[in-house]
Amino acid sequence: MSDNLAASVREICKANGGDRTRLMDIVRAVQAKFGCVSGPAMEMIAQELKVHRVEVHGMVSFYSFLSEQPKGKVTIRLCNDLVDQMAGAAEVGQAFEDELGIKVGQTTPDGKIALEYTACIGMCDQAPAALVNDVVVTELSTDSARRIVRELRKHMDPARLVTRLGDGNNAHELVHAMVLNNIRVKGSLIFTPTNRGEAIRKALGITPAEVIRAVKTSRLRGRGGAGFPTGLKWEFTRAAPGERRYILCNADEGEPGTFKDRVILTELPDRVFAGMTIAGYAVGAEEGIVYLRGEYAYLRKYLEHTLQERRKDNLLGRNILGKQGFNFDIRIQMGAGAYVCGEETALISSCEGLRGDPKTRPPFPAQKGYLGCPSVVNNVETFACVTKILEQGPATFCEIGSQGSPGTKLLSISGDCKSPGVFEVPFGIKLSEVLKLCGAEDAIAVQVGGASGQMVAREEFGRTICYDDLATGGALMVLGPERNVLEAAEKFMDFFVEESCGYCTPCRVGNVLLRNRLARILAGDGEPSDLDYLNDLGQTVKIMSRCGLGQTSANPILTTLKNFRPAYNALVKKRTDGLQPAFDLRTAVADAERVIGRKSEHAHA
Amino acid sequence: MAKPKVATTSLAGCFGCHMSVLDIDDRILKLIELVQFDKSPIDDIKKFTGRCAIGLIEGGCCNEENVRVLQDFRAHCDILISVGDCATMGGIPALRNMVPLQECYEEAYLKGPTVHNPARQIPNDPELPLLLDKVYPCDEVVKIDYHLPGCPPSADTIWEALVALLTDKPVQLPYELVKYD
Amino acid sequence: MSATIEFTIDGKEIKGQPGQTILEAAQQAGVYIPRLCYMKGLTPWGSCRVCTVLINGRPQAACTQPIAPGMVVESSTDKVNALRRNIIDMLFVEGNHFCMFCEKSGSCELQALAYRLGIAAPKYPFMFPKRELDMSHPDVFIDHNRCIQCARCVRASRDVDGKHVFDFADRGAHRRIAVNAEAFLKDTDLAVTDKAAEACPVGAIVKKRTGYAVPFGQRLYDKKPIGSEIEAGVKS
Repeated sequence: MSDNLAASVREICKANGGDRTRLMDIVRAVQAKFGCVSGPAMEMIAQELKVHRVEVHGMVSFYSFLSEQPKGKVTIRLCNDLVDQMAGAAEVGQAFEDELGIKVGQTTPDGKIALEYTACIGMCDQAPAALVNDVVVTELSTDSARRIVRELRKHMDPARLVTRLGDGNNAHELVHAMVLNNIRVKGSLIFTPTNRGEAIRKALGITPAEVIRAVKTSRLRGRGGAGFPTGLKWEFTRAAPGERRYILCNADEGEPGTFKDRVILTELPDRVFAGMTIAGYAVGAEEGIVYLRGEYAYLRKYLEHTLQERRKDNLLGRNILGKQGFNFDIRIQMGAGAYVCGEETALISSCEGLRGDPKTRPPFPAQKGYLGCPSVVNNVETFACVTKILEQGPATFCEIGSQGSPGTKLLSISGDCKSPGVFEVPFGIKLSEVLKLCGAEDAIAVQVGGASGQMVAREEFGRTICYDDLATGGALMVLGPERNVLEAAEKFMDFFVEESCGYCTPCRVGNVLLRNRLARILAGDGEPSDLDYLNDLGQTVKIMSRCGLGQTSANPILTTLKNFRPAYNALVKKRTDGLQPAFDLRTAVADAERVIGRKSEHAHA
Repeated sequence: MAKPKVATTSLAGCFGCHMSVLDIDDRILKLIELVQFDKSPIDDIKKFTGRCAIGLIEGGCCNEENVRVLQDFRAHCDILISVGDCATMGGIPALRNMVPLQECYEEAYLKGPTVHNPARQIPNDPELPLLLDKVYPCDEVVKIDYHLPGCPPSADTIWEALVALLTDKPVQLPYELVKYD
Repeated sequence: MSATIEFTIDGKEIKGQPGQTILEAAQQAGVYIPRLCYMKGLTPWGSCRVCTVLINGRPQAACTQPIAPGMVVESSTDKVNALRRNIIDMLFVEGNHFCMFCEKSGSCELQALAYRLGIAAPKYPFMFPKRELDMSHPDVFIDHNRCIQCARCVRASRDVDGKHVFDFADRGAHRRIAVNAEAFLKDTDLAVTDKAAEACPVGAIVKKRTGYAVPFGQRLYDKKPIGSEIEAGVKS
C-alpha cells in the first residue's frame, strides 16, 4: 500500500512537472486516488517538490474538499446555504442521516459513504441540491435522498444517479448533468448569438492599445461585484513591467445565491475564452487560467473539450488566426472548496498552489499577480461582455443600461419566487421590476449581492440595480412573507465564520462574535445595548479587515440593523435586575447534575 | 449623614485580592472614615444589612453558590466591581474550562495523585454546591460596572479606584496601576 | 538619490523616503503606530490590523502601505484607537491569555498594547478554546493558548533562519500554527538560537528556562508604555 502510495505520488508529481506551483493539481490527484492526502502522502509530496512538509500540510488543511483523513469512497455534500435551507435542506439532511445511519460529518462504518454539509454550490434555483463526489443532484426531497443512498449502496457510482438530463449543454455527453439552466429572460447582450471568432478577428485587426481603448470607451466594469473599470485594469497590467503577463478568469462563483457564471460556462464558454484571448492580446499575455470552483468540476471535461476545439480552429495556440507572434493558451485550474478564493489575490494564491490566503496589497495583481507577474483577473461575465464589445463595438454596448452602468447584468434569482433562474436585465432596472419578472411581488425582503450584500426592505424596492445604487454581482435571494430576515442574517454569518481564511484578526474573531451575539438576540436573551454592540463590532470588522471578505462579512448584520430595526427591537428587552439574561443557571449546572446525580435546588427553585 | 457601605466577597478566588485590600496599610484607617463595611469576610458579616454603595467581587463563578452570592450582591449594591483577574476572566480556576466537567470531578475526587478516597465515590452532599459547566467571568452572570485587573490588583489600584468612586470622581488609573499580573 | 516624501500623521509633518511604509516613516519621525505582527527585518504581513490608520479617510495597514506625497494619515485619534482597542479585545478573548502565570507577562506586546490603550477588561465574551501545548523540544515550547497568529515565527524561520519550521494550518477560527513535522516541535530543525525562537510577541513560543528572570517593576513595559522608546527618540 505504502509502496503503491509512494509510486503514485511520484508519478503524479512527475506528471505535473515536479512544479511546486501545481500543488493544487497534485493534491487533488492524490486525493482522487487515495481518498485523502494522508500524512505520509504529504511527506512524499514535499520530498518530490522539494518543499517543506508543513507547506503541503498548510495547503491541504485550508480547502474543505481536501482531507487529511480518509473519508468515504463517495462523499455526499449537501448544500446548506440559506435558500437550500428554505427549500428543506434540513429535512433532506435528516433523510440522508436516517438512511445512512450516520450524522452529518460522519462516514459509514464500512468506509463507503461520507455525509457533509457544504456552502452554496451554485444551484439555488434548483434547491435543495448536493454534490455526490463531482456529480450534482438537484431538487432533492426526503424521498430522493433515500433513493440516492439506496442506489449508491448498490453500485457506488455517482454518475448513475443522473437519471434525467438538464436543458441545453447540461445534456451534452461531456457534461451529463441533471442541472437546469433556468434562463428566464434573455437580454440583448449575453444571451444573443455571436459569430465564433468574430470578436477575436476584430481585436487582432487593431492594435492592443486600441483594444484597451475600445474596452475603456464601453465603460465596462467588473461583473463580479466590485465593479472596477475593466479597461483601466488592462491598461495598468499592460503598463506594468514584467517578462510575462497572465489572464485569470474568476470562475470561483462562491457567493451564496450566485449561479449565473455556471450558466455562462455551460452555454457560452467560447465567449468567455474569446474574451480572455482578447485580454491576452491587449495586455501582452500568452497564458490564461480559468480558476474553476471545485463545485463545478462536472463542467471540466466539457470546458477542456471546448478549449481543444478552439486550439484546432487556431482560436488558441500559436499565431492565432494568422496573427504572427500572438500566442495564447488557456488552462483550467480547479479549486477545492474555499469561498475566499473568489477574492482575486486569494485566487492567485490558490493558482500558485498555496493556501487561499489573500495577498498583501499593494502591489495589486495588475503590478504583481500570478507568480509575481502582472495579471488581469476578471469575472466570467466580464470576459463574455468583452467579446460582445469587440464584436459590436463599444457604442452599441453603451446604448444598453444606464448612464453610469452601461450594458446588461445577469441576475441569479432564487428563494421565494415563482421562477427562479438567470435573468439578463439592463442596468438601471428597478428592483420592483425584477421582482415582477421572477414572480415575487409579495417579497418582504431581498438579499441583494449574496451573503456579502445587503438585505433590502420592501420600502426600498424602488431602488435600481446599477453601480451607483444597488451594486451587485447579481445574486438576489428573495424572502417571502413567512421568512424571518434576522434568521437569514444568522445563516449568512454562519457562512462567513466557516469561510473566513483567518489571516486577519477582525474577520477571524469578529465574525464569530457577531454570529454569537445575533444568536443570543434570536434566542430572546438580547437587550437594547446588544444592538449597539453589534453595530460597533460590525463596523470594526468592516473597517479593519484585510480583504473584501472581511470588509463585507458584517453586512448581513449591519444592513439588517439599518433596514430591519423593528425586527430587532421586537426581540430585545431592557432589563432592570442587573442580571445577564444569557446566563442560564439550569444549563450551567446540567453537566454537574448528571455527573453527581442530584438536581440543583437553586436552579430549580 | 450615614457613611456609604461597602460589601466584599470572594467567589472562586484565592483571597489574594482581599489581602490586597488589606495591603493598603494605614490607609485602611482613612477608608474606615469614608465607609462602613457591610457583608464581607473582613468583618465577618454574613448577610446584607442594607443597601450598599459598592460591592467588591473577587473570583469568578465556578458553582451554583457563587452565582447565588453574586446575584445577591447585584441586588444589594449600586456599583459592582470585578476585582482581579478571576472575577474578570475566570483566572486560574478557569484553566478547567478546557476540560470536560466529568474529568474535573474525577481528577479532584478519584484520580488525583494526592487523593485518598477508598469509597471511590464522587461526594454527593447538598453542602457541596454543584459545579457549573465552566468558570464564568462575573460579567457573564450579572452586569459589572468596573473592572480592576491584576492578580491581585495592587493595593494602590484598589485604593485609587475606591477613593475616586466614593468622592464621585471618574476612575482614571495611572499607567503603572493597570496590570494583568 | 531619493527625494523625500512629505505627508502628515495627525497633523504632524513627516518626511519619509521612497519605499518606506507609513509605519517605518512614522517610526523614524518619532511617531509610534501600535502594531503586533510587524517586526523589523521581517516581510510586512498585515494580519493583526492593529496598525490600521486612516489615509484620507480610508483604512489601511500602516505596516504594508507605502507612503505617498501629501497623504493625510489619521492614527492616534479617538476613533482609530477605539477600533484598535476592539482588535486587542478580540485577541484576548480568542485565546487563553492567563497573564498571571505567563513567562512573557510584563514584556508581552499584546498585554502592553492593552495597557497603552487603557483596557481594563475586554468587552467581548471569553471563548476559552481548547488549544494544545507542545513541550517536546528540549529548549523551546509552544503554547498555542497564547498564539495570536501574527506569523512572526513563520517569517523569521523562513526569511531569517532559512528554514521553514512554522506555517499555518487550517483556516478561519481553527487557523493555527503548525510545525514542519508530523506533530511535534522536537522533530523539526528549530534551534534555540534561531530568530524564530525569539520572534513571538506574546508567550506562545518561549525559550525554556528563561521565564520569570526579570523582577516585577523592571520588565519592559512595567513603567512606560510600549512605544515610549520610539516617541522618546524624536529629535525636535
